[in-house]
Amino acid sequence: MKQFLLDGQPVPFEDGQSILEAARQAGHYIPSLCWHKDFPAHGSCKLCIVKAAGRHVSACATPAKEGWEVESATPEMNGERRALLQMLFVEGNHFCPSCEKSGNCELQALGYEYEMLTSRFRHFYPDRPVDASHPDVLLDFNRCIFCELCVRASRDVDGKAVFALTGRGINKHLVVNAESGRLGDTDFSKNDLAARICPVGVILHKGPGFAVPIGERTYDGQTIREQKLKEES
Amino acid sequence: MSAVPAPTRKLRVATTSLAGCFGCHMSFLDIDEHLFELVELIEFDRSPLTDIKEVGPCDIGLIEGGVCNAENVHVLRAFRRQCKTLIALGACAVNGGLPAQRNHLSLSECLREVYQFRPGLENGQIPNDPELPLPLDKVRPIHEVVRIDYFLPGCPPSGPAIWKFLTDLIAGRTPRLTGGLLHYD
Repeated sequence: MKQFLLDGQPVPFEDGQSILEAARQAGHYIPSLCWHKDFPAHGSCKLCIVKAAGRHVSACATPAKEGWEVESATPEMNGERRALLQMLFVEGNHFCPSCEKSGNCELQALGYEYEMLTSRFRHFYPDRPVDASHPDVLLDFNRCIFCELCVRASRDVDGKAVFALTGRGINKHLVVNAESGRLGDTDFSKNDLAARICPVGVILHKGPGFAVPIGERTYDGQTIREQKLKEES
Repeated sequence: MSAVPAPTRKLRVATTSLAGCFGCHMSFLDIDEHLFELVELIEFDRSPLTDIKEVGPCDIGLIEGGVCNAENVHVLRAFRRQCKTLIALGACAVNGGLPAQRNHLSLSECLREVYQFRPGLENGQIPNDPELPLPLDKVRPIHEVVRIDYFLPGCPPSGPAIWKFLTDLIAGRTPRLTGGLLHYD
C-alpha cells in the first residue's frame, strides 16, 4: 500500500484520499472545523494547514502522494493555526461565558488545544440580529465561522436548502432561504441534520438550555483531539 | 503544586478592576491558603484589597475588566507606566467580555433607556456631573489601549489557574496553562 510520512510516522493511503482523510483514518489527528467525513472537502477554515513538499497546503483538499514528508504538529504549523483561530474569534462575537455551546464548541476546543490565550487582533464586533422566528431553533449569526456545514447538510442530506452564504469579503454572512429571510418561514425542522451539525454556537435549540453540568460537557474531560479520533475510529 | 523559591526581595503587585465585576479578584482569593504563601513572596501596591490610591512602581500588574469609560483608560495607562509586567486577567480584559455585548447598541439610547425612560423614574435625566467619567462608545479589550504582556482567560480564571500562572511568573518561568486550567467560560 502507498504511504506518506506525517511528522515522521508512516500513513497508508488509497489513491484519491486527501492527506487529512488518510491521517484521521490511521489514527493521527490533524485539526479541522469545516471538514466532515460525509461531505466533500470545503477548504474554508484552513485549520488543517500542513507543510507538504515545502508548501503550506490544506490537508483536506490536497491528495496524498507517495513518499511525501508532511509536517503537521510542528511549532510553525501550530502557530499558523493559532493565528487562524484568533482571526475567527475577533471576526465574530465569541463571548463564551454566555454562549450555550460553551464546552461543546469545536472552535473553543481548538482554542484550548492550541493554547490560545488571547485573540490578539482588534475585535470586529459584528452586529447581525438574532433570528428567533422558528418555534424550536434560534440562530445567532454573530458566531458563524462560514464552514457551510449547515448549508451542505440542508441541501445535500435534508433536501431543503434552508441556508446559504451571501455577500463578499468581510460582509459574507449566513442567510436563510426564505422570502422573508426568517427561519420560521422555512420547512426547517429541529430533526434535520442541519440542525445538529453546527460546530459552533449559531444553530441553537430552544427549550431547556445549559442542561449539561460543567465538567460533563463534550470537551470538559477530553480534548478535541481525543474526541475526534474516537469518533472516527 | 511545587514550592516557589523565594525571590531575593518581595515582588510588588498591583491589581485593579476596570469594567470588571470583581469576579476575577474573588477568584484570585479562591487560591485560599496559598494566599499565606503568596504574601511571603509579594507585597501589594494599589489594589481593591489595599488602601493605596495611586499605583506606584511595580513588578506585576493584574488588570480585570475591559475598558468602558475615560477613567478606565487613565488607570490602565498609569498601570502600564508603573508595572514591568502587565497581565490581562479574565475574559473582559482579554476580549471585552460580556459588557462588550453593548457594542452593537447606541450608547445614548442605552443611557436614555436606563436614566430617562425606565418605568418608575420621575424626572429622569442622564447624569451629567463632570465628576463622572464619560462612557466610551464601545467597550474595548485592554490590549487595544496599552501593550499587554500576558493573558489569563476565563470568566473568571479559576483559583488554581491564577495560582499556577503567578507561581510560574514569580519563579521566572513563562506561565503556561495546561490540563484543563485554560478555559474561556
